Amino acid sequence: MLAKRIIPCLDVKDGRVVKGMNFTGLRDISDPVELARYYNDSGADELVFYDITASAEGRKLFADILRRTASEVFIPLTVGGGINTVDDFDRVLKCGADKVSVNSGAIANPSLIGEAAKKYGDQCVVLSIDAKRVGGRFRVFAKGGREDTGLDALEWAERGVGDGAGEIVLNSIDTDGVKQGFDLEMLDALAARVSVPIIASGGAGNMEHFAELFQHPGIDAGLAASIFHSRQVDIKELKRYLREKGVEMRL
Amino acid sequence: MTAIIDYGVGNLFSLACSFKAIGAETEITRDPARIEAAERVILPGVGAFGDAMEKLRATGLIPVLKREAGRKPFLGICLGMQLLFDQSEEYGLHDGLGLIPGRVCDLRADLSDKSLKVPHMGWNSLEFVRDDPLFKYVGNGEYAYYVHSFYAKDCAENTLAVSRYGNVAVTGAVSRGNVYGTQFHPEKSGDAGLRLLRAFVEL
Repeated sequence: MLAKRIIPCLDVKDGRVVKGMNFTGLRDISDPVELARYYNDSGADELVFYDITASAEGRKLFADILRRTASEVFIPLTVGGGINTVDDFDRVLKCGADKVSVNSGAIANPSLIGEAAKKYGDQCVVLSIDAKRVGGRFRVFAKGGREDTGLDALEWAERGVGDGAGEIVLNSIDTDGVKQGFDLEMLDALAARVSVPIIASGGAGNMEHFAELFQHPGIDAGLAASIFHSRQVDIKELKRYLREKGVEMRL
Repeated sequence: MTAIIDYGVGNLFSLACSFKAIGAETEITRDPARIEAAERVILPGVGAFGDAMEKLRATGLIPVLKREAGRKPFLGICLGMQLLFDQSEEYGLHDGLGLIPGRVCDLRADLSDKSLKVPHMGWNSLEFVRDDPLFKYVGNGEYAYYVHSFYAKDCAENTLAVSRYGNVAVTGAVSRGNVYGTQFHPEKSGDAGLRLLRAFVEL
């Protein structure tokens, strides 16, 4: 049976993990490589690295972090942040990324998805969508959720999949940071529209929220950052708990 | 030394790193002399079958690979495993290397539950159907990481392990003589994957 996936997300700026806190037992709580190793040991099914660096030196540090992570952590690695061209795909794939996540870059240049899928395969292209309710519809926001693009999130997802996106990360701005559970309504609406794997993001506050999420068969994975970094939720414990609840989990 | 065949398909960085992690020396190469000198061979691959066979043909390595496959442990990974078979129906009919009898077919067409997603992507548990030294350090039921839309079938007699996806028993690992194949990516299957590679280098 195919297992549901638990995915921690690391925001990396200038070579350090942002939002990494309250970690005990680690030498360096904000070293992305060490954190990646820790999550791998905890049973994370995949890792997502978001590069939120603006500077060229930061980019170089990020590439180095990717290479170091890929050389010691042997689970799938998705990289996002600052992916605007096919050359950006090339840059991170060469450093050991398995999948590349596009967001604002695809909104600015929608042909990016198709070009990248043709060159690297659908399985390599992840469309990441930040969405929020506006006037009873789900709207796509760009620039880290600051800018309303006017695009309908479900139509945008459908179009992305049609162009070759092999997976979708749906981050609900409405539930993000609130820790009251994933945006199940928005996720179900997406699952009804596309047939590629869906990674849910935004809103996880405790283990029960993941159990609720996986009662929705159209959802393949749950992604979170701060609750894992802060160890409010321990991945090993979470996966054991979910398996007890009857969710297929790799333990 | 383990030769990883470089024929312009996919990223070999993680694969080379995974062998390094188990202390095995590798060389990414398309040089026939190096492939002959190697103790074992890895045939990687991602992308479409026809395109990959075309690229492999362009390197001129097909006769070398067929010969070496009879002499030393040989492992095809993901699309590299599919290439071991007689034929694939991915975007038209294409001949493979013919090292293992069987054909590569569209997974979606064989799934009775059409709500199941294709590609079959993620961690699926391995169900051993035959004992093999390749599984020396891996347990029945352990999980492996898959990403694929086509799968090998009509190869039951050489199948080592399957993974269940809906009604389909996806061919997960095969072997015939020295020739091995895994549909999943051992280099992305965490600790279990590394243990499988360790068993392979000990063959």
